[in-house]
Amino acid sequence: MNHDQDETDLYQQKPAIVCRDLRKSYPGKPVVEAVRGLNLQVNRGECFGLLGPNGAGKTTTIEIIEGLLQPSSGDVEVLGRSWTRDGEAIRQRIGVTLQETQLSDKLTVRETLDLFRSFYRTGITVDVAMKSVSLDEKKDARISQLSGGQKQRLAVATALVGDPELLFLDEPTTGLDPTSRRQLWEILRAIRDRGKTILLTTHYMDEAERLCDRVAIVDHGQVIALGTPRELIASVGGDHIVEFSVVAEQHSRADAFRLLALADVTSVRDEVDRWSLNSKMAHHTIPALLSYLEAENLALAGLTTRQASLEDVFVKLTGRNLKEEQTA
Amino acid sequence: MTQPSSSSSSPQHPIYHLTMARIMEFLRQPDAVFWSYFFPVLMVLALGLAFNKRQEPPVLVDIVDSQLHEKLNEALKANPRIQLKDASIEQATLRLRTGRTDLLIEKATEGSGHVYVFDPLRPESVSARSLVDDSLQRSAGRKDAVEVSDRSTSDAGGRYVDFLVPGILGMNIMGGGLWGVGFAVVQMRIRKVLKRLVATPMKKSHFLWSLLASRLVFQIPGVVIILGFAWLTFGVAAQGSMMAALVVVLLGALTFSGIGMLVACRANSIEMVSGLMNLVMLPMWLFSGIFFSTDRFPDAMQPIVQILPLTPLISALRAITLEGAGLFEPAQLMRIAILATWSLISFAVALKWFRWT
Repeated sequence: MNHDQDETDLYQQKPAIVCRDLRKSYPGKPVVEAVRGLNLQVNRGECFGLLGPNGAGKTTTIEIIEGLLQPSSGDVEVLGRSWTRDGEAIRQRIGVTLQETQLSDKLTVRETLDLFRSFYRTGITVDVAMKSVSLDEKKDARISQLSGGQKQRLAVATALVGDPELLFLDEPTTGLDPTSRRQLWEILRAIRDRGKTILLTTHYMDEAERLCDRVAIVDHGQVIALGTPRELIASVGGDHIVEFSVVAEQHSRADAFRLLALADVTSVRDEVDRWSLNSKMAHHTIPALLSYLEAENLALAGLTTRQASLEDVFVKLTGRNLKEEQTA
Repeated sequence: MTQPSSSSSSPQHPIYHLTMARIMEFLRQPDAVFWSYFFPVLMVLALGLAFNKRQEPPVLVDIVDSQLHEKLNEALKANPRIQLKDASIEQATLRLRTGRTDLLIEKATEGSGHVYVFDPLRPESVSARSLVDDSLQRSAGRKDAVEVSDRSTSDAGGRYVDFLVPGILGMNIMGGGLWGVGFAVVQMRIRKVLKRLVATPMKKSHFLWSLLASRLVFQIPGVVIILGFAWLTFGVAAQGSMMAALVVVLLGALTFSGIGMLVACRANSIEMVSGLMNLVMLPMWLFSGIFFSTDRFPDAMQPIVQILPLTPLISALRAITLEGAGLFEPAQLMRIAILATWSLISFAVALKWFRWT
């Protein structure tokens, strides 16, 4: 007993997830390299987000960590254990929701959870699981009768019945309406507050900002930035974004170097139809910008200012736009 | 946090929940229930009625010369089954070729006789020729050289429907195993349910066992309905033991579940699995003796015919229901061995090749 306890404590001291130089390529012509040397450490008790556009390798990465895919090379440790030696022990301690599982339409909420509960040696009762995702009133409804948000909450409940130490969520709110998204965020925050570790993937920057303690921005199969949302936003050189446009034919008359010299501006981007400035203090930058336009005799067509977001971090790092990537 | 504290032991074994899930999914699909249980019943009814006529079928004869018609009319009156019809040579030839008439009689080009035109490969055509010729020769004064008499065998146990029912039962077991297991597996693969399940600590063998268990549970009402219906409507009764029949049925269900699993073990689209199933089932539909005895196939084909898994299943069922055979006669043991071999091989290969994600 004592020995077991020691061993468990030993595992407890290890991080929830460690990935070292993870690589995954799919054969074909040309060979598709989905993950190219990804390093990651997720600590116990944190909610960690993999943020990136579709096709960045997020799902491949999370499925390797979940033990569903074999990496081409590299090491993965989950809860201090390796998949090759301790697969069963890991599976008993994790909960997974995949990007698109359609659980059997014909079964009820309770039947589905009873089924998943039966796979785990220990866990919470099905009633507690239903309550924690606010589905207790739907317990006898068939899955075909559930809304998209309810189905997604059920998917989370199937991951919770084994009372996992570590919870995986792949694009948990994709395709949900704003109300359902907020409801799911509440549920996930409550899970995190109970001390569970969460790894989620998302291409929504607001989701990552609101839910995650730390975020890794993933692009082309690699982590290109890592930190708390605040740190990442601060790293783009300013909390504010000032965007302005002048009448179209005058656009190229604005000069990037002159703009960069304006008060508190840390960087400048030419967005073709408008200019975007990162600013430490918007209330210093805006008057300076207006005087510059006045001096150059440029006619202001639009002016907006907003808080910098993870979106701006992504744009700054890749020169591309998260949203453009999704529609492309 | 170390070990989940709010633990409560799992209420039932995973195989129970997996099997119940399959059963519930099936029962909550009324159309699936209807097709798997009532289609074979409709088949028994249709074929049973078609081959269970109280009267012998008429013999249809076309005559292409009206003078000849008059001459033959008198002679053929003696046999009421023979129905004569005038037709032009073109019409009659077409009717013969398309099976709408059994025999064509035309005037011989030389002499006063006539010519029978018939299809020697079509049983009705052959029997029409000999029946008509027999009637003509007798009315012209031919005497039988040997005295013979007939006795009919169309009493219960020797009719076509008695022969047919075990065939339909075998077909139902084959279709049920392949579609029931194969389709379910591919659907779960497409819907990513298999992937979700392997992300849990579920034992893969539990999943496969539950597929088998649910298949056996579904097969029992199928057998009861087919046999019950055949007994009620046509008085079809088994000569041998029902327990022996049940053992063979369950072994058959096991074998075809295994083959269903094998067919579905890598397929990831409904089109692909449907094509494979039809490919697997087609030779058995043709050669395994569902509708007629496999003895009709040439000797050279027999090794292939007898090794198809549906053949020993139907033969074993027929031996039990028609001949009252048990399970331990050498011929029956051989059939059981062939079935068991098929199920072992298909399970082993399916397990090895099975794709979960």
